[in-house]
Amino acid sequence: MATIWVIASVVVDVLFWTLLGPHMAPGRLTSTAGADQTDFNILVVIALPVMIAVWVFLGYSIRTWSAKRGGPEPVGGEAARGNKKVQTIWIVTTTVIVLFLAGFGTVALIGDHGSGGGEGPNPIWAPSGATAAETAALTKSDSWSPSSGKVLVVQVIAQQWKFTYRYPQFGGFETTQLMLPADTSIAFNVTSLDVIHSFWAYQLGVKADANPQENNVAFTDTKSPGSFIVRCSELCGLWHGAMSNNGNVVSPSDFESWATGTEAANAKNTKLLAPFAWTYVPDANGAAGGYYIDSNVTPYSNSELYGAKPSS
Amino acid sequence: MSMRGRLTTVLVLFLVAVGLVVLCVAAFLKPGTPGGVTDFTKSQPAGQPVHLVAQTVGSIGFGPHPTWVSYMVLNPTTHKWVQDTTWKLPAHTKIDMTIEQFDSGSPLRNQEWGQVQGTIGDSMQLNGKTVSVYDSYTGTGIGHTFAVPTMGISVPLVGVNGSDTLCGEGPCSLKMPHNEITFSFMTGAPGNYPWQCFVPCGLGWLYGNGGPMSTQNYMGGFLDVVNS
Repeated sequence: MATIWVIASVVVDVLFWTLLGPHMAPGRLTSTAGADQTDFNILVVIALPVMIAVWVFLGYSIRTWSAKRGGPEPVGGEAARGNKKVQTIWIVTTTVIVLFLAGFGTVALIGDHGSGGGEGPNPIWAPSGATAAETAALTKSDSWSPSSGKVLVVQVIAQQWKFTYRYPQFGGFETTQLMLPADTSIAFNVTSLDVIHSFWAYQLGVKADANPQENNVAFTDTKSPGSFIVRCSELCGLWHGAMSNNGNVVSPSDFESWATGTEAANAKNTKLLAPFAWTYVPDANGAAGGYYIDSNVTPYSNSELYGAKPSS
Repeated sequence: MSMRGRLTTVLVLFLVAVGLVVLCVAAFLKPGTPGGVTDFTKSQPAGQPVHLVAQTVGSIGFGPHPTWVSYMVLNPTTHKWVQDTTWKLPAHTKIDMTIEQFDSGSPLRNQEWGQVQGTIGDSMQLNGKTVSVYDSYTGTGIGHTFAVPTMGISVPLVGVNGSDTLCGEGPCSLKMPHNEITFSFMTGAPGNYPWQCFVPCGLGWLYGNGGPMSTQNYMGGFLDVVNS
């Protein structure tokens, strides 16, 4: 039985890892997406032998202890006795697996800077240079170019029922298109102008809640060019189902061309936008209400973490 | 309680539960608003531009929510104004759209929607004058927008002076204060493209996006693009 289990486990694991694993969602467009895929594949490779063990033991049990036609009922005897060896192996093995996965998941979460999830306004697992880029972006003293090696700051603004995006390192223009450069660290700053939304860039492996008056920061590192879909994953009203858009990861030079071109094309409107801030507060006076910089969270001093309220 | 009494109680409660379920299902299946689909596919020869005329009114003046703000559209066959917000359009066709805007305005919550996007030339005509960006903090602000997010279209509809005597019941006469906004766009492949207003004009609801903003046939609907 053990031989059958070992052979079957190795064969199924190898088949899964080589044939199905590379095609598992969400792909490998970014570091977080790739890590999602790898982590999922590791979980499956660990789980498959457990599943096969259950199946093999089930087959063994049926074959060994099933009632024989005309024979006595298989009550008591070997089938009903405890087996300390089996119990010990089972408990120890599953305990080791669970503890390993807890550690593995924690390492993945830290090593991948939050694994694409929103870390709130004060992320503790930020990639190198992210804090400096965010602080500089807020003070409009930063720019980005393919050779700069800097983190690209992108603000995601959710509103009923559309995501818009601001690029503070390109003059703070706002657009409905989400374009990203390949081979670049991205810092998404996610907020909302009204109710709770959720920014879910599926193929990027990024998912962060968009809460009004909160700056929810999520990181990822883009890899190769490709396209992705953004959806709202928090039920937010009538047109929630239509709150989606396509995005693209393009070469750094193509991104720079697009960003500078859009910055120039939108310059007239950019001057009219609210000053760039991590969160915006709708004006309570009036039907439509402008949105204004949130005086509670800006400005920041360079010594403070971005998103932190300045000390009074 | 006797066995008969208990059975009667259980039966009554069961019937009440069934009735509530039926009511919920019926309410879910029932269309939320009156109206239907306005067909623009037969209003002109195939391949020719479609002329779509709509108006925005501050209060519709009739129906279950007479105080609600609403769009109305001019039926190309009957030439009557109707409160439909599902418009059947031919695919891959130029749409010349005119919106008569009768409502007052205010600053936009997000000035991004003050920029004309997705129309031919990324511009509109405001009372005959070409506009690509409208500063919602100036003048009379923005009353509403016409936006088809999945087609990348967003057009700000400039508000009229709120201190004027405004039209209070749709359909509004062109004699009442209004702004005329015209623009053109191309329809794409067949499909259902939701459109909406991005000005949270549902007064009295959370963040202004309830009521008419969340009810079809008022401030949102569908472009039902079909092969003609």
